[in-house]
Amino acid sequence: MALDTTHETPSTEPHGEYHQDTSFQPKANRIGLWLFIVSETFLFGAFLSARWFSTGTLKPEELNQTLALGLTIVLLVSSISAYLAETSIRFNHRRNFILFTSFTIAMGLIFLGGVAIELQEAIHAYPPETPYGTSYFMLIGLHAFHVVTGLTGLMIVLVLGIKGHYGSDDYWGVEGVVKYWHFVDLAWVIIYPTLYLF
Amino acid sequence: MKYVIRASVLAFAGYVAGIWLTVAVRGGSPTDEVAVVIGYILALTGWLAGIGGIEAFGRQWIGKSSEVSTDRGWRRYFEFSVDHKVIGIQYGVTLIGVLLIGGISAMIMRIELAAPGSGFVDLDDFNKIVSMHGILMVAVAVAGIIGAFGNYIIPIQIGAQDMAFPRLNAIGYWLIPPVAVALLLSPLLGAFNAGWTSYAPLSVTNESGQILFNMAIVTFGMSSILGGINVITTVITMRAPGMTWGRLPIFTWAGLATSVLSFAVTQFFAAAVILVTMDRVAGTSFFQPEVGSALLYEHIFWFYSHPAVYIMVLPGFGVILEIVTTFARKPLFAYKAVVASIFTIVGLSVVVWAHHMFTSGMANFLHGPFMILTEAISIPTGVIFLGILGTLWQGRLWFRTPLVIAFGWLFNFTIGGITGIFLADVATDIHLHDTYFVVAHFHYTIVGGSIFALLAASFYWFPKITGRMYNETAGKIFGIWVTVAFNFTFIPLFWAGMNGMNRRIGDYPDAFAGANKFASVSALILGASFLLYIGNLVYSAIWGPKVGPNPWNARTLEWLIPSPPPQHNFTSQPVVIGHPYAYGVKGSVHAHFPDAESPDDPGDGRGSDEEGVLV
Repeated sequence: MALDTTHETPSTEPHGEYHQDTSFQPKANRIGLWLFIVSETFLFGAFLSARWFSTGTLKPEELNQTLALGLTIVLLVSSISAYLAETSIRFNHRRNFILFTSFTIAMGLIFLGGVAIELQEAIHAYPPETPYGTSYFMLIGLHAFHVVTGLTGLMIVLVLGIKGHYGSDDYWGVEGVVKYWHFVDLAWVIIYPTLYLF
Repeated sequence: MKYVIRASVLAFAGYVAGIWLTVAVRGGSPTDEVAVVIGYILALTGWLAGIGGIEAFGRQWIGKSSEVSTDRGWRRYFEFSVDHKVIGIQYGVTLIGVLLIGGISAMIMRIELAAPGSGFVDLDDFNKIVSMHGILMVAVAVAGIIGAFGNYIIPIQIGAQDMAFPRLNAIGYWLIPPVAVALLLSPLLGAFNAGWTSYAPLSVTNESGQILFNMAIVTFGMSSILGGINVITTVITMRAPGMTWGRLPIFTWAGLATSVLSFAVTQFFAAAVILVTMDRVAGTSFFQPEVGSALLYEHIFWFYSHPAVYIMVLPGFGVILEIVTTFARKPLFAYKAVVASIFTIVGLSVVVWAHHMFTSGMANFLHGPFMILTEAISIPTGVIFLGILGTLWQGRLWFRTPLVIAFGWLFNFTIGGITGIFLADVATDIHLHDTYFVVAHFHYTIVGGSIFALLAASFYWFPKITGRMYNETAGKIFGIWVTVAFNFTFIPLFWAGMNGMNRRIGDYPDAFAGANKFASVSALILGASFLLYIGNLVYSAIWGPKVGPNPWNARTLEWLIPSPPPQHNFTSQPVVIGHPYAYGVKGSVHAHFPDAESPDDPGDGRGSDEEGVLV
């Protein structure tokens, strides 16, 4: 994953050798993560354009609009709590960090559960062989995969945070995962209208 | 070696586990495509964990500090080494190996095409060999220069000790062997016969080897994207003091532009083959005629694959510009205009993809804009050529092997560029589409523009990387041999194509027999030249005469440190104080080492001009 990229110099160095100033590393981490997110955006762009190219805005009547709106709200709320978690660890409030991260993970799991219910309905109403179903299953699947990776990252930083890692001087791991989580939410903000509203 | 063995065992175990799991859950046969996909994913995971991913990343995720191998000696080339120089050599050796395998497949094709009718291989096997040749060579062209020399040279040229993300760099390399293995093992599942372009709907319905092709493309794409992100971040954040954007060496500029393209468009090829894979294993219907559209594949595919030709050729521009300015002993002509042109090409390359689709049934009103945009690319390319020619103009040329090959490059790429205009033009393209004219054109641009630059670069930086000098006579003979044989191979194919000989097919009308026999004989001579190339480099790497840090009297930073470079490149902080290419300008210095302690380290930019010619 591109989230975790701290440069560790090998430990067996000849003594007294010159080392490049490593003050660039936080900046490099942020640039690298942003480039990764831009790169992912293009990937989503490819699949979204496949949807527009092959079916335009066609959508079936059976769509469960209530559930989709609910899931959107859940995901947006999780973005807020992820932000609060990041801010908490920046100010060394470990208890709040654990609370907000757990809440974010719970929201993510609720979202995944909702998607599972939706797919159950979709597989009968508009299966992958149909024009809408083709794009629907591809985009939902791709996004769900990103939710799973995001949740994995959140769980890793939660466990490490409980163990006492991170603090106001060292929160890059949390920041990286949270930024990625915001990206996952933003992707949904584009996918949701593409599949449900237009 | 133990890590490679552990990785291979875990990869095999992962594959078997994936197959077993899939068969257990959903039944069916172990060669079902779903099983192969799951097996491949687990095999790739096992491979990365085994090669050193557990030590480098996994330990950190459970709160321990990461460990990476610090072995010296030959062992580090078989380990998860984070040294960018080791990774560069790993890329170089692997891809030269792939180049040779791809070359052998080309020889088989030319033997089959030496006479009309089918004799040497049957026509379906011919399709599979064409496809294999295509994808292997595309991989070499995409990753050859930027993977090998980009990794090795760019950090040194900007005065950095490593890449910004060394472990990610290592992951990027170790994704390559699974790609090669998946492609080369695909004949076990029936190989793939849809060409490297893998156009749907054929790629949805052909044999299961296509699945391995798709998986290999996704893996290779991940490697390209991670590499691209790494190079961009490195160049932005890790430049030495004084290395302003206006002083960046031209190869670094070219590598940066390449990386911008490869991190931004590689996803589209991956997306295209993922859609094909979904159509094959998950029951979607993106490319089924009654529901989806085969044009969708062509659009997404070419949105990557046209910019990809600039991913292949931009680092080539960088290499040739470095070589030309070094061996002409003159400042690089129109440095700023050349840099601007490189980035103009990056911008234009993403809005020209549909010129591959003039005969595909795409809407007619799109033909004109794409024709004009495509032809517009010849303007920045022309400016880059002007930079090369202006540098050569009235220089006192020092004819060493890199320059000899650079001249071959110049000749080939000129032909490739000019014939490209015929293909960009809608009227002529409708006649020339899918003929050998296209084959000859893209071999002139990709072999002429990228592989020739790879060859030139491997001679130019050979003394830096190995600390030894290659055999000059053998090098020059190879340079002339490869240029002449290459032209004899592909010039007749322009004629055959203009007269209507179809590409991709192992048979042709008798009227083309003469041209094809000539091309086939030349191709075998061309193939033989690579024995001299490999022989020269391998022999010289072991027994060649030792050289000092700067055999070419060049000025960029990699020539100011010992050959081969020490483990951390620089023994004291380099400070850049002047332009890299001010050859012949009295008293100009590119960089120096103000903190240098040892007396044999002059600290004054050894590359400053001694032999240069005053303009």
